Amino acid sequence: MSSYQKRSKDELAARVAHDIHDGAYVNLGIGMPTLVANHIPAGREVILHSENGILGMGAVPAAGQEDFDLINAGKQPVTLLPGGAYFHHADSFAMMRGGHIDICVLGAFQVSSTGDLANWSTGEPGAIPAVGGAMDLATGARQTWVMMDLLTRQGASKVVEHCTYPLTGMACVKRIYTELATLQCTPAGLKLIDKVEGLGHAELEKLVGLTIAA
Amino acid sequence: MINKIALSVGNALAGVKDGSTVLIGGFGTAGNPTELIDGLIAQGAKDLTVVNNNAGNGETGLAALLKTGRVRKLICSFPRQADSHVFDALYRSGRIELELVPQGNLAERLRAAGAGIGAFFCPTAYGTELARGKETREINGRHCVLEYPIHGDVALVKAERGDRWGNLIYHKSARNFGPVMATAAKHTVATVHEIVELGALDPEAIVTPGIHVSCIVRIERVATQAGGIKVSA
Repeated sequence: MSSYQKRSKDELAARVAHDIHDGAYVNLGIGMPTLVANHIPAGREVILHSENGILGMGAVPAAGQEDFDLINAGKQPVTLLPGGAYFHHADSFAMMRGGHIDICVLGAFQVSSTGDLANWSTGEPGAIPAVGGAMDLATGARQTWVMMDLLTRQGASKVVEHCTYPLTGMACVKRIYTELATLQCTPAGLKLIDKVEGLGHAELEKLVGLTIAA
Repeated sequence: MINKIALSVGNALAGVKDGSTVLIGGFGTAGNPTELIDGLIAQGAKDLTVVNNNAGNGETGLAALLKTGRVRKLICSFPRQADSHVFDALYRSGRIELELVPQGNLAERLRAAGAGIGAFFCPTAYGTELARGKETREINGRHCVLEYPIHGDVALVKAERGDRWGNLIYHKSARNFGPVMATAAKHTVATVHEIVELGALDPEAIVTPGIHVSCIVRIERVATQAGGIKVSA
């Protein structure tokens, strides 16, 4: 067993942010993807979209300055940057569905090697289903990236040949950013973009349980 | 003379019938027309179909309406939240029907209703459980699902400022579903915090033109409370 260091959550967020180009319009999903906003490299101007009608979303407000009429998709208070804009829901989702959002970064339960995404339901009986904007984003953004842990707590790979959880979208994920490696989903299967230092290719394939083209 | 200013919430909601489809604006608590929902509870209409992005927060507003048992069906995109216990209990005991709709389809189906569109094809949800049984078609190489409009009998909308013609502007991200729901209902009621003279709203910045609004009611400004998230005590 070789020795390697997993990417921390912040290192993973920085890895995602590194690939976001200057001038990009980006939607960050609820949860881990929101960390990406803290790591946009200096000198790049990136405009954040929030599904509830915001472009140019800014940082969390200072304590005492919260306005719950200005919230993000996770319903947490945010701010608006100078130049930012508000618009209604049909316009907001037209931005996603019309292919105007360059990149969306989403969390996931499972991603298949060809880019099928499962991130809205674990299909448990009795669970209350909720989908929000996940299907619109996954299918509508020009590029859908997933940011997640590669392995579950039990050590099972969340990158799979076929998703067993209910699908959010088919063949919609372009890249998967994880604590161990960055992978590309293609119609022919997975392709390696990068991996953490010290982790062998064969070892990564063993963890994922799938062939990964170098 | 046109005067869409209603003197009270009760007057504005007097005509709501049993069995109505009620479009209720808001994303979590932002833009949720709490005063109008309270008015609807007092008015007493039952057997309602309610359209909202969520399924109520805490015990007030939409949650309070659901608790009365007068909502037969909820059409929404994201019912499950940290504080949606009223809906959760109704759903688990089979006392409310849920139509789960991807949020973009919810917005676009409302838009389609307001714009007179018969139906539309869209790639969202293709190949997923939420498109099961729906008509599909391949258009320009993309698989699409047929979606129908959602028409409202009544829309309840929270705005910021309005005039006697019913022109409206909104407040920050509390705008959300308000403008599109206003177009999709036969009878749209909006609350505002301020009623201004005709001409006082910048015509370049009016978000909902009065043609989509039946009446407006002025309410006191109360700070919007957090909703949908875990809040430490």
